[in-house]
Amino acid sequence: MQSSDNKKNSGDSRRDFLKKSSLITAIALTPSVAMKAAESQADERFAELFEKIPLNVTVNNKAYKAFIEPRVTLLDYLREELHLTGTKKGCDHGQCGACTVHVDGERINSCLSLAVMNEGKKITTIEGLANGEELHPMQQAFIKHDGFQCGYCTSGQIMSAVACVREGHTNSRAEISEYMSGNICRCGAYPNIVDAIVEVKEGGMKV
Amino acid sequence: MINFQYLRTTSAKSALVLLQKGKNSKFLAGGTNLIDLMKRGVTAPERLIDINHVPLKQIELIGTKIHIGAMATNSAVADHALIKEKLPLLSWALQAGASAQLRNVATVGGNMMQRTRCGYFYDTEMPCNKREAGSGCGAIDGFNRMHAIFGTSEKCIAVHPSDMCIALVALDAEVVLLNSKGERKILFKDFHRLAGDTPQLDNNLRPDEMIVRVEIPLNNLAKNSYYLKVRDRASYAFALVSVAAGLELLNNKIVNVRLAMGGVAHKPWRLTTAEEFLKGKDATTENFEQAAKLSMTDAKGFGENNFKLKLAPNTIIEALNLAKSKA
Repeated sequence: MQSSDNKKNSGDSRRDFLKKSSLITAIALTPSVAMKAAESQADERFAELFEKIPLNVTVNNKAYKAFIEPRVTLLDYLREELHLTGTKKGCDHGQCGACTVHVDGERINSCLSLAVMNEGKKITTIEGLANGEELHPMQQAFIKHDGFQCGYCTSGQIMSAVACVREGHTNSRAEISEYMSGNICRCGAYPNIVDAIVEVKEGGMKV
Repeated sequence: MINFQYLRTTSAKSALVLLQKGKNSKFLAGGTNLIDLMKRGVTAPERLIDINHVPLKQIELIGTKIHIGAMATNSAVADHALIKEKLPLLSWALQAGASAQLRNVATVGGNMMQRTRCGYFYDTEMPCNKREAGSGCGAIDGFNRMHAIFGTSEKCIAVHPSDMCIALVALDAEVVLLNSKGERKILFKDFHRLAGDTPQLDNNLRPDEMIVRVEIPLNNLAKNSYYLKVRDRASYAFALVSVAAGLELLNNKIVNVRLAMGGVAHKPWRLTTAEEFLKGKDATTENFEQAAKLSMTDAKGFGENNFKLKLAPNTIIEALNLAKSKA
């Protein structure tokens, strides 16, 4: 997973290189045992070392089937396999919240969840919030209230903010800050982020 | 992350069978501590047994005890109407821990099984008896601001970072453990261990067992409870010191009292001496001060954490006053 980062490939961008290298890996490993496991109805699934195992997930209302090493995190699966790069890798240790996505409607840190733990789940990423060209109310509110500067934490902030409103943890600015504490913004846009959340909550819009 | 064998099961029985099949296997629940440790190379199990589909998520009142399944998430417990009404101390302690995202995934069993740890445990370039037996303790003469002041050993001065466990030890919880032969029940206070000569062991779970639930007896402390967590920032940080305080008052007389402290020991630290002192006495600041003083008898600082010798008793007094004034 990490070794491809070290190789130099001057002709390609890093993302192109990663795409190609993952394609080669997929061909090299024929997942025969995994296929059998997928076909059987057994409740125990089994993956030998370095073997890819089947994964079925729905991401932004689209069903995906994949074969994947068990050590791949949900974050890496979304970014490197599905190329949904809106979800960001910040600390990769559950401390910053940049990787926040919704799994079955609940916000989680996708960096601390193995993709295979999410078998059969419905996942929503920042790419799945807007309705076509129409932004989600929380996205609109972040723009209106200038809820970001560099923008790196923003997709995680917005995913967390939407969940915060749905959970009902928006009864005061203090409660919002408390329930948004898992999302770090090093630019310090916190007051504006809270403004955006307050507006969406008070607007009574469907989130 | 070093790769591993991944297994998934839907029953506790088959999880225990899988556990017995190979050495160096670990159960995978929410994974918020385990996956982090694996990413950093602190631990490298050969097999992970995913127990997220094992039906152990119940939160229910049975007789005079509240049963909480080991796989109930921290947020499910914290937000549950029964817990908020009967055991608000537990709800507040859970809300004081981690972040909303982590609480949605972290489980009761996983919270108990998170490693007692410090920065030296995480840094594989540094000595740590807990990570590598006999390699030494970097913290005793090193950066030890976050470390223990009670029950320390020459081998390890790390603290157990849970908030939930501080409430559970104060609430006289019991832990139900299952192996292939059946269940056994132990007191929550006996689940975690002090470091002693075996800092690699955080708790008394046997290698063939799994946690299936905790049971918490109903009490009359709900009205006058408080969980006070003192930390470096307002939210999402480990405790410097935390205190779970519960009082049962009758005309300002203390009929029953529970006190436990976090951030100060290798295990959740119950303050039994202070409890015994307070029972039957008036709920006054003077008595709270005396109880706090008694709690500190065996405390020992290691340099950077000397401030806890003053912060801890002050937090006890404040938590008791806040619990009292809640009524």
